[in-house]
Amino acid sequence: MSEVLLSVDQVTMQFGGVTALDNVSLHINKGEILGLIGPNGAGKTTCFNVITGVYAPTSGTVTFDDKSLLGLKRFQITKRGIARTFQNIRLFPDMSAVENVMVGVDAHSKTSVVGAILGIPRSRREETESRERAHELLKFIGIDEYAEVAARNLPYGHQRRLEIARALGTNPKLLCLDEPAAGFNPAEKQELNELILKIRDQGYTVLLIEHDMNVVMKISDRIAVLDFGRKIAEGLPHEIRDNPDVIAAYLGVPDDAA
Amino acid sequence: MSLTESFRQRTTPQLQLGNRFRALPRSAKWSLSALLIAALYLTPYWPDVPVLGWIINTPGTSFENVLTDQIMMFILVALGLNVVVGFAGLLDLGYVGFYAVGAYTTAVVTSGQFTLPWIAALPLSVIMAMIAGVILGTPTLRLRGDYLAIVTLGFGEIIRITANNSNWLGGPRGISKIARPPSIGPLQFGVLNAKPYWYLGFTVILIVIFVLTRLENSRVGRAWAAVREDEDAAELMGVDTFKFKLWAFAIGAAIGGLAGSLYASKVGFINPDNFQLQLSILFLAAVVLGGTGSMYGVIMGGFLVAWIPERFRGFSTRRYFVFGVVLVLVMVFRPQGIIPRRGAAAGIAKKGESDV
Amino acid sequence: MSHWLIYRTFWDLTVSGIVLGLIYALVALGYTMVYGVLRLINFAHSEIFMVGTFGVLISLTKVFGISLFDDGQYPYRSGFVLVAILVCSIIAAMVVSGAGAIVLERTAYRPLRGAGDAYGAVVLAFLTGLIASFLFSDHIMTNLAIAAVITGPVSFGYVRIFRRGRQAPRLAFLISAIGSSMAMAEAVATWGPEQRSVYTTPRVLEKKVLFNFLGADVRIDYVIVAIGAILMMTSLLLFVNRTRLGRGIRAVAQDAETARILGVNVNSVILVTFLLGGAMAGGAAMMFTLVYDQTRFNIGFLLGVKSFTAAVLGGIGNIKGALLGGIVLGLAENYGSSIFGGQWKDVIAFVVLLTVLMFRPTGILGESLGKARV
Repeated sequence: MSEVLLSVDQVTMQFGGVTALDNVSLHINKGEILGLIGPNGAGKTTCFNVITGVYAPTSGTVTFDDKSLLGLKRFQITKRGIARTFQNIRLFPDMSAVENVMVGVDAHSKTSVVGAILGIPRSRREETESRERAHELLKFIGIDEYAEVAARNLPYGHQRRLEIARALGTNPKLLCLDEPAAGFNPAEKQELNELILKIRDQGYTVLLIEHDMNVVMKISDRIAVLDFGRKIAEGLPHEIRDNPDVIAAYLGVPDDAA
Repeated sequence: MSLTESFRQRTTPQLQLGNRFRALPRSAKWSLSALLIAALYLTPYWPDVPVLGWIINTPGTSFENVLTDQIMMFILVALGLNVVVGFAGLLDLGYVGFYAVGAYTTAVVTSGQFTLPWIAALPLSVIMAMIAGVILGTPTLRLRGDYLAIVTLGFGEIIRITANNSNWLGGPRGISKIARPPSIGPLQFGVLNAKPYWYLGFTVILIVIFVLTRLENSRVGRAWAAVREDEDAAELMGVDTFKFKLWAFAIGAAIGGLAGSLYASKVGFINPDNFQLQLSILFLAAVVLGGTGSMYGVIMGGFLVAWIPERFRGFSTRRYFVFGVVLVLVMVFRPQGIIPRRGAAAGIAKKGESDV
Repeated sequence: MSHWLIYRTFWDLTVSGIVLGLIYALVALGYTMVYGVLRLINFAHSEIFMVGTFGVLISLTKVFGISLFDDGQYPYRSGFVLVAILVCSIIAAMVVSGAGAIVLERTAYRPLRGAGDAYGAVVLAFLTGLIASFLFSDHIMTNLAIAAVITGPVSFGYVRIFRRGRQAPRLAFLISAIGSSMAMAEAVATWGPEQRSVYTTPRVLEKKVLFNFLGADVRIDYVIVAIGAILMMTSLLLFVNRTRLGRGIRAVAQDAETARILGVNVNSVILVTFLLGGAMAGGAAMMFTLVYDQTRFNIGFLLGVKSFTAAVLGGIGNIKGALLGGIVLGLAENYGSSIFGGQWKDVIAFVVLLTVLMFRPTGILGESLGKARV
């Protein structure tokens, strides 16, 4: 049996009177791609935000690498090894592509303010390594020729890819992608699928939120389905495809069963 | 989106100049920089140069004194405030408070009961200002942008009013007989000749530029820029945003304190009126006018804000009116400042806070 | 100074604190509304208040011919005449401040939003001509003539530049605000008859004590301020909540881009917001002169800072918050200066603000203009 990397246990998330997540449990195994799907407003992004520490859950626990993530600040969670992208792109617009990635790489840098001022050997070395690593990642996602272009001036598709590179820069164990294919045409989606598979094959674990069933079905190892803040199904892609609850949720049939 | 138009990268003459400079061979770069620095060290003599002298000289006041009491301070302060506002994107409207802390520390420890030598008072002032920055920053840096602005504004006022109402700080009369830097050989730090203060001050400015360039081009500078551009995203990319904001605050405060200390030891006498709230506003104007986030821009801004009102003294009381109108005109026609930050796109306001 | 003093004067302090707070609140409304729609600290709002006080001054002395020296005798000013004078002077102040706010928005902010138009271009061109004319002449009439000649061609140039239509960064707005604030105050200081000195505004009415409230004297001017301020705020709330334009303001405050797509004319909503904020500041200006009998070119600065503090204290963007913040601030200042001494008055204001923000980072009532609460 494969090893569990992240497990979300009985997480409930309420905003005022609205319950965005209702007693959700799911887990991610090392080295797999877990697809998280569901209709609009099902709580997918909220789930993401709980995992990455943007929200503290009302109740329940999140365990990563056998340690609880609750109470950790967002940047500490990132340093533990969870990185993410955003549904609506949130790059650092005025910084160049390579600098964007370097911010991610810097997450593990030990250079202090004093070290940077004095230009001690370690900080110089880290600076060079950070730049090299950033270029490596840009090559990996295929936009290294745009390294010096300000993020805001990149074409849309490259911006999405750059977000992935920036997240990979933090050297995560778990990469969370929030609708990475949004706004892509079929050809671009195909390229993205290949990229995500390539990322998995490099040894990263991927949590993928996606709207497009085709994408999810094709590349996910397992799939979890959320609807109205509850998990209604979890399993292998073909199991999900045939699951009546899932079909009902997607077709908009009111379901009280689950 | 109606923003597409502003996606066009704007190339300004300054940028082209900068790129051309960067393209030069190393030796040429060094000799050009050395020439420039030498010319700048000789600024007190500029009024004697034909044409340039006519442009730069300040009628009715000694240019030397304007240079050391105003221009030098404004450049230093603009560099310091730029760390906070330009690099880290934190709006600080009470920067005069740190300037005052630096000035008062130097004043208190070198006159009256304590008579520390100047050389000890200077670092002490910097440290005190830095501590003030940390004390103010720790509770307030969790606040969002505009709240921070008003809280810092309050801080600036609190410092001034405290000085005004505290006997040990001289009250409204202020403190006099502040120690001057020790004279070394031909460098006589007295009342009559202001030139040595410029040599000292310009050296300090060069050191500050050196330090800030190191920071800007390191992980620290990148973290600041990330916080400025999108604080939430920065934190989710592993940037300890609070720590870096506090550092920006502390470093900015330290430079403000440094400027205040130099000012106090130059003029030899300070009182609370030297640290009016309006001064904070002028400091900020220097930064934005020059080009927020651009080091050479804010130096230019600091120079202009200090120099214009003195240069146009012929305008007498109208000069602040002129200055106000000039601020509006520059912002309308050159909103990124005179020398914009590299990479700064032409426009697009910083995005408001939104859900992640 | 001493603690028993505050017990003896507690209700006096309360009454005058509330009056001061109401004036803060009226000015704070301008800050809060503009912040709500533009996310801009309208630094020049303090000067909008200042020109309002001069509107009062001019209307009283020039229009009604009330002299500074007839205090003590108000025989002809009772009943209808008195009310007419009060109403006319408040209208004068609201018109002057409202107009000032509109010119400000058109000249100093709108071009920065990439929507500059001919009005702004003309004012900017005139100002450019004016400062250029200083190089040639010290005589104000000559300056104005030169400026007028220059205005035409230069404004054409400016309009062409405006067509490029770029949105400036937020800080640029703030500096433009600071610049216009400075220019307005300095214009009054330079060309006003008393220049930088204090102007005494004529007393319209005898400040009789109307009644006694728990030992505190309640003067007639206090009552006028209270009634006027409440009336103005109520009508503003009704306007924002009940009218179509008010809905527009709330829509833009919530999401300008969506509002634009849905057919709201964002620029005219912003203009109305400035007009309303200016009018409120004008009302405050009239009440201020009524209570304190004076004005000066820089009267707005500290009052503006305090009012903005009040707006933040109550929750910026929140109209009711401005009222609450103003009153809390006015009271805190009065109680505080009686305990710690008047010289600490301004410190107290900021300490209160800091304390509130520590526990409620978005003010007492929270931010809201766009949200359902308002």
